[in-house]
Amino acid sequence: MEQMLSFIAAKANYWTYVILLMVGLYAMIVKNNLVKKIVGMVIFQTAIILFYVSMGYKQGGTIPIVMHDEAHHGATSAAIKAIDYINPLPHVLMLTAIVVGVATLGVALSLAMKIYQEYGSLEEDEINEKLRNI
Amino acid sequence: MIIPIDLIILVLIIVSAIAAITVPDLLSSAVILGAYSFLLCLLWTVMGAVDVAFTEATVGAGVSTVFCVAAIFHTSRRTKD
Amino acid sequence: MKILGKITILLCGSLLLFFTSDFPDFGDANSPASLHLSPYFIEHTLEDTAVPNVVTSVLADYRGYDTMFETTVILTAGLACFLLLRIPKRAVKNRYYLHEPTGVTLRFEGDKYPQESDVFKRIDSSWVPYDIIINFTCRLLIHFIQIFALYVVAHGHHSPGGGFQGGVVLGASVILFAISGNLRAAIKRFGEKTAALFSATGVFIYAGTAALCMVLGENFIDYAALAPILGSDRIMARSHGIFIVEIGVAVAVMAVMIWIYYNLSSAGKQDEGL
Repeated sequence: MEQMLSFIAAKANYWTYVILLMVGLYAMIVKNNLVKKIVGMVIFQTAIILFYVSMGYKQGGTIPIVMHDEAHHGATSAAIKAIDYINPLPHVLMLTAIVVGVATLGVALSLAMKIYQEYGSLEEDEINEKLRNI
Repeated sequence: MIIPIDLIILVLIIVSAIAAITVPDLLSSAVILGAYSFLLCLLWTVMGAVDVAFTEATVGAGVSTVFCVAAIFHTSRRTKD
Repeated sequence: MKILGKITILLCGSLLLFFTSDFPDFGDANSPASLHLSPYFIEHTLEDTAVPNVVTSVLADYRGYDTMFETTVILTAGLACFLLLRIPKRAVKNRYYLHEPTGVTLRFEGDKYPQESDVFKRIDSSWVPYDIIINFTCRLLIHFIQIFALYVVAHGHHSPGGGFQGGVVLGASVILFAISGNLRAAIKRFGEKTAALFSATGVFIYAGTAALCMVLGENFIDYAALAPILGSDRIMARSHGIFIVEIGVAVAVMAVMIWIYYNLSSAGKQDEGL
């Protein structure tokens, strides 16, 4: 039982990432509504972020803010061990990715809004129907 | 037996992601997406990525929900699936 | 078509699930991702830049190019929303006014409409009655939200936070004002032109600081070159350079969030909205 739980804990994040990736892809391919497709895009993005942040985690590490003396900065670097801190590099990449994600969400929603003003619907099949009748 | 908190959060994340794409109402979908973002924020905090958690809480749960609601306000809540 | 999509997703998902067994275990300190570049950042951030928060120092100093073009992407997104949605204000046909002494709602068509005064109050066509509790609570909260945002920007060196988070919180305070009152009041205080100007200014602050380092005879985005201007040693100059750049990022992100919200919530009219 203990062994199975540790095996699950070792891989659960990767399984979740794959499931979320597939949920997002399913919504983007199969769903009929444009806003649902955009929601799928957001889920897809967060799945990638989950993958990166899981890669950087270290068991027993603390958050990536280095402990230091206020009195003499710079002189204490010999005491800093990289193994004590969680890998900060994925955090940096994903922090910017989240903010760019919301900017692309804004552009996607404004495109959907423009399509609604033009065709009066957000459903993909109704839009295709109107395009065919032109 | 102690179940780690991240396993519980992971299950809740999958449930809310599936709920966000299956509910037959776009406004509910936007709100569930906000809840999904908050759960992700919890997960980042558990995993020690505090900066990412802060960004997710402000951007994902705050501003992107407002954008979705504003877009749905000017289009329609109706959806077929 | 739907069947094809489902088959693709099942195939992709099972392949990815199969190959997760090759990944390093979750929490493994010796995984390849943690061995190559990040130990240098963690061990040298204090002696190089005097910034204890490794994320901030990597974001704005070691990987400065990345963040600079990230802010450019955000500016482009704001501009794209503007160009997609914005339509001139003259396209608004009908205006609704509330005559306050009698409580009668009047509809005006065409160009003639009364000046806004104590008697006539402009209301949206999809009007929800004015709610004093929400309005008052939000007005009380907004100051504290903005002070907290400034704290987040300024204290990003020592705690979680920085330009992106502080900028979004600042933008969210203006969005909260627009939601709790009405959109026109928010646009009167923080106009569309201001938003456009600020979003470009933020990127300019970032790129200008980086270019100033080059003018002073060192590499692009090497803030140590700013030491003679800031009057500090080269290590603290990098710390201060990160702070200047974070301010630029915060200004750009704040303005772009507000700008996208104005365009989305009013469908481009910037007159009546959520």
